[in-house]
Amino acid sequence: MNVIVLMKRIPDLVEDLEVDGSGKALDAELLKLTLNEFDDHALEEALLLKEAAGGEVTAVALDGEEVDKMLFTALAKGADRALKIEGAGAVDGTVPLARVFAEVIRGRPFDLVLTGVQAADDRDGQLAPTVAALLDLPCVEVVTAVHPEDGKVSLHKEYSGGVVGEFEVDLPAVLGIQAARQTPRYAPVSKVRQIQQSATLETVAGAAGNGGGLTVVQMTPPETGAGAQMLSGVDELVALLESKGVLR
Amino acid sequence: MSEPTPPRPDLDFAPRERVKRQSYVESESAVVEGIDISGQWNRMFEPREITGYDLTYMDKLTALPGAESMAWCYQCAQCVPACPVDTAGGDYGPRKIYRRLQLGTDIFDHSDLWLCTTCQNCVRVCPKEVDMVQIMPAARAAAVLEGRSVPGELLEMFQKVAEYGNPMGESPRKRVRWTRGAGVEVRILPKDPAPVEVLWFVGDYYAYHPRGVDAAQAMARVLTRLGVEFGILGVDERCDGDSQRLAGEPGLFEELAEHNIAEFGKYEFETIVCSGPHAYNAIKNEYPKLGGEFPVQHYTQFMSARLETLAPLLTKPFARRVTFHDPCYLGRHNGDYGSPRRLLQAVPELRFQELFRCREQGYCCGGGGGGMWLDGYAAEHQVERLSENRVREAIQVGAEVLAVCCPYEVSRFEDAVKSTGNDGKLEVLDIVEILDACMEQG
Repeated sequence: MNVIVLMKRIPDLVEDLEVDGSGKALDAELLKLTLNEFDDHALEEALLLKEAAGGEVTAVALDGEEVDKMLFTALAKGADRALKIEGAGAVDGTVPLARVFAEVIRGRPFDLVLTGVQAADDRDGQLAPTVAALLDLPCVEVVTAVHPEDGKVSLHKEYSGGVVGEFEVDLPAVLGIQAARQTPRYAPVSKVRQIQQSATLETVAGAAGNGGGLTVVQMTPPETGAGAQMLSGVDELVALLESKGVLR
Repeated sequence: MSEPTPPRPDLDFAPRERVKRQSYVESESAVVEGIDISGQWNRMFEPREITGYDLTYMDKLTALPGAESMAWCYQCAQCVPACPVDTAGGDYGPRKIYRRLQLGTDIFDHSDLWLCTTCQNCVRVCPKEVDMVQIMPAARAAAVLEGRSVPGELLEMFQKVAEYGNPMGESPRKRVRWTRGAGVEVRILPKDPAPVEVLWFVGDYYAYHPRGVDAAQAMARVLTRLGVEFGILGVDERCDGDSQRLAGEPGLFEELAEHNIAEFGKYEFETIVCSGPHAYNAIKNEYPKLGGEFPVQHYTQFMSARLETLAPLLTKPFARRVTFHDPCYLGRHNGDYGSPRRLLQAVPELRFQELFRCREQGYCCGGGGGGMWLDGYAAEHQVERLSENRVREAIQVGAEVLAVCCPYEVSRFEDAVKSTGNDGKLEVLDIVEILDACMEQG
């Protein structure tokens, strides 16, 4: 089973995010980027699939700050190949990103494309379905467990309210991964450093992915609320609920 | 060969756990000179196999560079009462680890691999120089590299250090935030690279932990009042990496060390002063192996060498009964027991009381060798935390204050004071906090 994993780096929420002078974007000077954690889960699920059914895992990412290290880390974890997309220019938004990814993987042999179901910088969950639409492939989102079967995969899809659906999907397909079956594995730094010496990243030219994205009108930090009211006991809670007309 | 005979019910022995691999030769029934010595009682009449062990994992371990000395153990067991983990109910110590290896235990997938705090107390008493401080890091590195069952909390810490340069996973940019409340100016070298007397290596816990921040601010004030020109690396400082090295991530250690060495190389200073014994140990003993040779001191060494200037500044009395916990990496590992004590003795009206286990025999707080991030794991395998054992001792000697000089320890011991039900009875203070409290403000 050959699996392609689409990965992206996003602003790390460990740093305070600030809006830049234009009022339409985050201040890039202050940003620290990190791997989207859902993509890390997609990679883990791909590696588990490879361990169960053989085949190759290919990690794919747009060029950018510390992308080399991220891809070498993917190789250290067990990915067989790493593709770095160069020259795609500024890719702003999920649809242009999907277009760049789709052009790169079109024509390559694969059974599955996995990517994170969402990311902290989009939350729209549109990357997997857009790539699937561009490649005319089936797509399932919010996937939690993928198991290989003869010529297809079975998987779990999460719904709200704790409902889980079990699906069979014909291959090839695109899946948006919510969580891998286990915590994404740790890549020892000595292994990453060793891989950095011995392996090379493949680079591919990306087509410009502009157009069809979102237009940011204004970006502002959320307004701070008036603050929480701390209650000291059940009586106080009951009195409050009564005063709001919730209890009678 | 017959199965070992079950213990006789008429004998008042607790049945001993039997070791499968030990093969006894015994006859089910035997009578010698009219005496019935059936079953287990005739074992001595036939040769018994004592070398039929599966040494796969013993051989694998002792083949690792650094771990050879595990094979030298001759089971004298002096290490067991010296081992702080065994003392805390961990069924531990080099002798026991050796024995379990001999019986075929795969240490690379066993809790024996993760409980050692590399405190070095066993090495002190070992006549065969079995060196757990070398063995454990080598074995752990192999387990991490092979993807064995490494405790999740440890991997999480490695991940955070690799990503953020500190084990808390805090923002690297916020490494200097503590300076705001110091009340004195703290020179940040990347912004103002003029030569300084002291490059102060602040460290993760001083920079980020709320109680560490208290000590960092106290240190900035004490250095300022001593008239020392000092600077810090600020956001360019990374974790010293020593505990990560000892916990099995040598690659991460090298990456951090190379970074810090390059940063040190950018500035002119007379000496590095470390807040913590772990950073001191790394910079003194490990960084030179990577080409980074710098004069370095622990802060208690730097300050105790300036007692002539420091002592007159200690004008306010600290009339409390104080005991002191020797940090393993200042004491046993680097042989300095005097510096912290000299500082405490200079404090006006302080009544000093040694702990029972002190100096060379000091008990470990449990934070070394990665133990700082294995609290949950240790709790599963020990009866108590090492820090709890130590806090009870401090209460026993009648101390009101437990003085420390390792940034791991304030939080560890404060937690242990609460978890042993001694809240309010024992205050845990960094020595530099005591010095600061004895100086006039302003």
